[in-house]
Amino acid sequence: MSDVFDRDPDDRVQVLDESGELVGDPPDLADDELVALYRHLRLARHFDERAVNLQRQGRMGTYPPLAGQEAAQVASAMALEERDWVAPSYREHAAVHVHGLSLADILLYWMGHGAGGWRTDVNVLPAAVPIATQVPHTTGVALASKLRGDKAVACAYFGDGATSEGDFHEGLNMAGVFDVPAVFLCNNNGWAISVPRERQTASPTLAGKAVAYGIDGVQVDGMDPLATYEVTRAAVEKARTPGERPRPTLIEAVQYRFGAHTTADDPTVYRDEAEVAEWRRRDPIPRLERFLRETGRLDDATVDEIETSVREQVSAAIERAENTARPEPDAMFDDVYAEPSPALRDQRAALHRLRDRHGDDAFLKD
Amino acid sequence: MSTHTETQNLTLVQAVRDGLRTEMQRDGDVIVLGEDVGKNGGVFRATEGLYDEFGDDRVIDTPLAESGIIGTSIGMAAYGLRPVPEIQFMGFIYPAFDQIVSHAARIRSRSRGRFTCPMVVRAPYGGGIRAPEHHSESKEAFFVHEPGLKVVIPSTPADTKGLLASAIRDPDPVVFLEPKLIYRAFREDVPTGEHTVPLGEAAVRREGSDVSVYTWGAMTRPTMEAAENLAAEGVECEVVDLRTLSPLDRETIVDSFEKTGRAAVVHEAPRTGGLGGEITAILQEESLLYQEAPIERITGFDTPVPLYALEDYYLPSPTRIEDGIREVVDFP
Repeated sequence: MSDVFDRDPDDRVQVLDESGELVGDPPDLADDELVALYRHLRLARHFDERAVNLQRQGRMGTYPPLAGQEAAQVASAMALEERDWVAPSYREHAAVHVHGLSLADILLYWMGHGAGGWRTDVNVLPAAVPIATQVPHTTGVALASKLRGDKAVACAYFGDGATSEGDFHEGLNMAGVFDVPAVFLCNNNGWAISVPRERQTASPTLAGKAVAYGIDGVQVDGMDPLATYEVTRAAVEKARTPGERPRPTLIEAVQYRFGAHTTADDPTVYRDEAEVAEWRRRDPIPRLERFLRETGRLDDATVDEIETSVREQVSAAIERAENTARPEPDAMFDDVYAEPSPALRDQRAALHRLRDRHGDDAFLKD
Repeated sequence: MSTHTETQNLTLVQAVRDGLRTEMQRDGDVIVLGEDVGKNGGVFRATEGLYDEFGDDRVIDTPLAESGIIGTSIGMAAYGLRPVPEIQFMGFIYPAFDQIVSHAARIRSRSRGRFTCPMVVRAPYGGGIRAPEHHSESKEAFFVHEPGLKVVIPSTPADTKGLLASAIRDPDPVVFLEPKLIYRAFREDVPTGEHTVPLGEAAVRREGSDVSVYTWGAMTRPTMEAAENLAAEGVECEVVDLRTLSPLDRETIVDSFEKTGRAAVVHEAPRTGGLGGEITAILQEESLLYQEAPIERITGFDTPVPLYALEDYYLPSPTRIEDGIREVVDFP
């Protein structure tokens, strides 16, 4: 797809249409990779359903669901290599899992456990909870890779709301000036909590903002896993191998959040059910499934096997996360600095004395 | 103080809404703006119904841009309006920090009063609700440190409405921090209609002769609980709820200490650089010769607020507060 970058910002790339019909050139993926992509989408959807239920049952804290956004996360992350770096927002559970975090790592973080959300051998930065702060970090990681002469590419994930923040502008501007090997993937899910995309910016597209930074901007159907894969792959390749075009790319992956912003949000207050139903028709999972079945790559037996294994995998992750002991209170004093300050040593000792004197039950509310 | 006798039984967050509504009815220049404050009614429902009542010119849903929200509010205030921007959580206020400290706080002094900034920045603060990262901060000291700003933290529904109204009517910028832990923890009779509580005046929540305990916001309740528990042992605490952190009510702070001679400060913010140090310094400056024991600081630790599995250990609990007060009372 050589024309990925030679197109208008509103010329949305699509490979599979809403019904799963092939309308563009499919990416160069082997059959087993295509099935792996499908398996990852199913895994992400099931993980998300279980996570929402864990929160409802009081087994987990506030959680931001991703249903509807699986394709943009999974397919883009599959276009990265292990050496590449990911700087996610808080909703990118599927992307960071594909890039190497375990499901239990992700659950632990949302269960309020500091051992979750990162992994020693995986290039995934801690999720950015403030909005758009990871965009300049991505520019920095990519600049470092370039200065070192490495081939690692940095990929930021953020939402449509993030494009309104100063950090978005500053990060993309510097990425353009320094011509860094970076991909900026905007998961435009249509809503920043209650604020619709049209109220976020008067700009007709988000991809078009790339023009102002002198970098490439592409809009893709983010609920089309094949199109998202191909566009990200092309952007990663361009970032890794300097050529005529600028190395950074802004990808606007157009998609929809089926559920709430977080489990603390009630979307029925601000958007119509009819709109949700309309977007559910574009669900990435049945789309890819239909394509794979019709091209003979997937059959009932494989779908059944995937369903079963996905359930087992998520259940095992929940069990592992829930069986992880509450962290020791000392953990909050660790890693504030490489060497604890004298004040921190004193405060850690004071908490020990208090716990010895009164017992832990005097502190814990539940 | 208001002389109204008619009241409504409200939670603290309902009192925020009632205070905004009453001031918006009174003064057409009062404008509410922020992320999700309009159609959604605020993520904590603090602005519920205001969009329908006042329309989208006075209750403005903004793009997701904290610096833009505050910077825009500063311009509106300079022009003559009274903007009340909301920052959704205190942990997300930092992109706007430059606008608040470099501009809101000093536009009056930079222009010798030609331009002013009658703006109230509302933000929920504090821990204890099992929230994700960056949703539990208590960094009031950053703003207390900035000349030109006022900082208010209420602890009761009636004070919330009255202090918010005074903040909106104040000619200078006010950072109004709302204790979200107790947004819905209890109800209280709140005067209906216009109601003000003056800025800069602390409230003595409980009289006592043995030790003065200074606190504010969400820590007021566990401090009161600790005081009642200690009363059963014969220790009488005087609990002073500061309510306005800048400017501090030095007179009430000092009067209480000169009565008891002993003091503790309770805050959930980190200890180092926290307001406990400032209050201690005031007591040293004003009342050294009354002092009978070291002043105890019962505070959050000098760590980032931990993820919620450990936040109960981080926040001062009644047990920890009692323990700290006993240290003061038992000295020497």
